[in-house]
Amino acid sequence: MPDRVRIEGASKSFGELQALKNVSMSVGAGETVVVIGPSGSGKSTLLRAVNRLEVLTSGDIWIDEDHVTSHASDIRRIREEVGMVFQNFNLFPHLTVLQNLMLAPTCVKKRSKADAEKQAVGLLARVGLSEKKDAWPEQLSGGQKQRVAIARALAMEPKVMLFDEPTSALDPEMVKEVLDVMLDLAREGMTLMVVTHEMGFAKAAAHRVIFMDQGEIIETGSPADLFERPQNERTKKFLAHIL
Amino acid sequence: MAEVRPLPVRIQVTDGALIPGKGDKTVRASWKIALFGALGLLVFLPLYNMAPVQEFVLSLWAGLFPSPDLTARLAFLRSGKYQNIWVDILLYLPDGLAVTFSVTLSSILLATVFGLAAGLGQISRVVLLNRIATVYVEVIRGIPLLVQIFYIYFALGNLFHLDGFFAAVLSMAFCYGAYMGEIFRAGIQAVPVGQMEAALALGLSRSQAIRRIILPQTVKIILPAIGNEFIALLKDSSMVSVMALVDLLRLAKNYGSNHGDYFPPLTVVALVYLVMTLILSWLVALMEERLNQNAR
Repeated sequence: MPDRVRIEGASKSFGELQALKNVSMSVGAGETVVVIGPSGSGKSTLLRAVNRLEVLTSGDIWIDEDHVTSHASDIRRIREEVGMVFQNFNLFPHLTVLQNLMLAPTCVKKRSKADAEKQAVGLLARVGLSEKKDAWPEQLSGGQKQRVAIARALAMEPKVMLFDEPTSALDPEMVKEVLDVMLDLAREGMTLMVVTHEMGFAKAAAHRVIFMDQGEIIETGSPADLFERPQNERTKKFLAHIL
Repeated sequence: MAEVRPLPVRIQVTDGALIPGKGDKTVRASWKIALFGALGLLVFLPLYNMAPVQEFVLSLWAGLFPSPDLTARLAFLRSGKYQNIWVDILLYLPDGLAVTFSVTLSSILLATVFGLAAGLGQISRVVLLNRIATVYVEVIRGIPLLVQIFYIYFALGNLFHLDGFFAAVLSMAFCYGAYMGEIFRAGIQAVPVGQMEAALALGLSRSQAIRRIILPQTVKIILPAIGNEFIALLKDSSMVSVMALVDLLRLAKNYGSNHGDYFPPLTVVALVYLVMTLILSWLVALMEERLNQNAR
């Protein structure tokens, strides 16, 4: 698999705190990589650096041949190809579901309204929310909101999808509907980088699992290896804590 | 007797009348008393001063307590030279009202433009813009409006030959733009930061995100505050009467000096201002309630 996302020596400090310490990793095209770790381990910071919502103190990130961390790059064009799903959904509350999906394609890609609407309707069907197209975000359950957020990101036809703890703000009974959509994406060959606490999803969908702690990658492996035969003491301790 | 409950602890960033919101019985009651009291006086005073009514009242008094003064006043009433100046003033008022309203409306529109620019400037990452906006807000808010009006009209007006209406609108808008800049800034910053992140992640530019995502949500947040500014501006527009503009207050003052009696015109003008601000604050409260109902 050629690398789609390549992170080399990523470091990030917030004042005294070193959130990332010289992290290097990659995500292959069509690969699903799940990043796990205790809170404050730097996993979200790493994910947010991939589309430069977080600016690294040092280190480089590439998406295919685009140099994300270079200030010479057109970050907006790069972001068009990187979908992101947030813990708190961040749907636009003043727009209907359909308008949420149509905004970026019409505003950024200058697609026609009719075109964008057709695509949006298709995407809503894909995440099982066809009947909600005219609803307002506040009328949706958490799980529905997150599925709309995924569809909104897909509307830009990204080549990578970043998920920042997509199920952490959900009631337990809504977690599955969101994970199912993500699982479908993974099986269809989308490149996914997922920060999550859902070990079930990692086992079912991940090609590789990365365990981070205190700003460093501690261990990387297939789900089977990492979950069943962790090598590092910190990994073992973390897994014992959550499994 | 209606129960008098202490006002809930609420600090409003406004110098307008209290907003009579639902469930705020004490404020609602005082709002009603003030409004109907003012309207009642505006109807009662002209009626009471009509010649036949005055004649009836005065002859009643003269019958009870005869005095040369009362007899003279009765004679004057019957001579046909008596003029009911309360009615007279009400007929004059529309001219002043028109000036007051056009100054207020033009100022609020221009102030919104200044305010939006100042608000965006204050959150701008461009250091120069940021400095200009912050200093503008700081300086203007530190100078009394009346001083600014004098300054623009008399000091600058002399230099640049500013027309009265233009100078009035400019000084009001300049001053209120600074207040509204603060409102816009607070409103923009009240939109959760995740909204901007989501927009940027989709590939929107910062300015697209502000226009399409942040400002529409800001407007909803700040509408009531803008309404309050509108009320405050309506009242403060009386300050432009120091210029050669015949607004409500100036009209009353002119009328008073022409007739040698300031009491009736100033009473009427004060009541008219009161009625206008009370009605406007009720409209703002209505708007606030509707916004809260469909809070999306």
